[in-house]
Amino acid sequence: MDVVLQKEVKGARRRANAFASLRRRAYIVLWGTAHRMGLLKKVLVYSMLITLAAAFALPLYWMISTALKPLDQVYSIPPQWFPNPIMWSNFPNALKVRGAPVLLCAWNTIQYTASGVLGTTLSSALVAYAFARLDFPGKNALFMLILSTLMIPFAVVMVPQFIIWYRLGWLDTLKPLMIPPWFGGAFNIFLLRQFFLTLPKDYDEAALIDGASRWGIFWRIIVPLSKPALATVAVFAFVYYWNDFLAPLIIISSEENFVLTLYLANFKLPFIGQIGWNLYMAAATMFLVPCLLVFFFAQKLFVRGIVITGLKR
Amino acid sequence: MAYSFIAPWMIGFLLFTGGPIIASFVLSFFKWRMIEPPSFVGLSNYADLFLSDPLFPQSLKVTGLYVLIAIPSGQVLALTLAILLNQRIRFLSFWRSLFYLPSVVSGVAVTVLWLWMYDPNYGLINHLLQMVGLPSVNWLYSEKWSLPALIIKSLWGVGGSMVIYLAGLQGVPQELYEAAQIDGAGDRSAFFHITLPMLSPVIFFNLVMGIILGIQTFTEPYLMTGGGPSNTTLFLGLYLYQAAFHFLKMGYAAAMAWIMFLIILAVTLLQFKAGERWVYYEVAE
Repeated sequence: MDVVLQKEVKGARRRANAFASLRRRAYIVLWGTAHRMGLLKKVLVYSMLITLAAAFALPLYWMISTALKPLDQVYSIPPQWFPNPIMWSNFPNALKVRGAPVLLCAWNTIQYTASGVLGTTLSSALVAYAFARLDFPGKNALFMLILSTLMIPFAVVMVPQFIIWYRLGWLDTLKPLMIPPWFGGAFNIFLLRQFFLTLPKDYDEAALIDGASRWGIFWRIIVPLSKPALATVAVFAFVYYWNDFLAPLIIISSEENFVLTLYLANFKLPFIGQIGWNLYMAAATMFLVPCLLVFFFAQKLFVRGIVITGLKR
Repeated sequence: MAYSFIAPWMIGFLLFTGGPIIASFVLSFFKWRMIEPPSFVGLSNYADLFLSDPLFPQSLKVTGLYVLIAIPSGQVLALTLAILLNQRIRFLSFWRSLFYLPSVVSGVAVTVLWLWMYDPNYGLINHLLQMVGLPSVNWLYSEKWSLPALIIKSLWGVGGSMVIYLAGLQGVPQELYEAAQIDGAGDRSAFFHITLPMLSPVIFFNLVMGIILGIQTFTEPYLMTGGGPSNTTLFLGLYLYQAAFHFLKMGYAAAMAWIMFLIILAVTLLQFKAGERWVYYEVAE
């Protein structure tokens, strides 16, 4: 009796499944896969995409096209869409505009960015390693503390930090910019810890048995295995420090210590009118070139970094 | 041993974050203009902020309006873009780069670019308005349009949120949509009953981060309007900077910074509380 019933149930279930899969297959044959778009939807999607893309691309196009125009075309009405002739000379001329010493500013930016990238990547990796692999009292509480500092606005620590640099006599030097990155950044520590947790522990344990120290494991196993994550942090840090404005604005006052963001911000509006928006946009374009290059060569890293930190909860 | 690995962060925290937070709190009870020694004034910095300084409530209003409008509309735009990019489209990585790029290059150079875009006489935006027969607008020089101008500019930088949404969308199991379609659900109800609930943790994350950053807005008003005209773009971050480094009212600025901190804390906690109601987390197996 029982056996008969079971057989009956099994058979019914099998038929139901077969029917469902048949219905699904029919659906796919009739309507395409779940994601294939109908013509109307296709037109709608592409027209929205193209409209939005035009709106997003326009400012950057306008920056580059302004940078390449002769002065009279910058102020023409109706606007000149394509520069004619193309004034490549705007770029060298933009460097000759009287202002802060631009090459010195560029060198300062390079130093600041280099120190920022190296410092924050290395120190964050060390800290992240401890949180991913080692056990110590207070570990969870400390990690929560790190995460909660993500919420603290720079404004809250800005004034006391300024006073520290003032007391040390380091105002108007690059030191207050170049030193803090070496103490790790909350966001980077979090990102790297998430990554280190995905590495298999077997390697560490094998190395430990072979008598390697924790430092040795960090340098010889974790760092080489984590190149993509470290590169992600470095790339984010590059863009951050290259573009950093508020910290230099507070610390630096004399023009020979300016970074490029201060150099660009130092031109006030009436003066931009005098040098011409074409030269000014040429300067802004040159400033963005390193960021654009990094973006195009390391785009995958950006996306991955944003995904690691944005989605793991 | 482990502590030697986390030493950089611990030292940095004490010097640059934890210490300064406490110092900031103490400083907020003092009057200090850097040149003379600080003098204790009790709660009078806080009292002044709310009772006798019209600029502080104004800066709260400006920042609040900005966050209330810019962040939700930015998230809607980011989600729309992500959904468009999640369709079967050609040249996906081209479109994605195009929308993502502006958020990566944001900063001073891009802010001055928008200054140029908004130029009342020769700016591209007024040109475009005229082309479609609309009157030109005084944008950054107009009390009515200065804040909307900054909000529009902020929409240009939603690419970061878009990428997070895109990743979230790609994590939604395809079977859910197939099952819904077999059951006869349309695109609309699939969006409201599958996409939105599955994305709610991501929406939540983006909202929290967007609001935390939005409250601190500084570079745009500093470079584009200086807080004007008539303080219509006097953001909290900008007013705080001015109090500290133009007027050298360090104690006053510290009090303001603490209020900013408390606002961010309150908003974040509120969001976590509200998040419990509408954020759907997949049950872990």
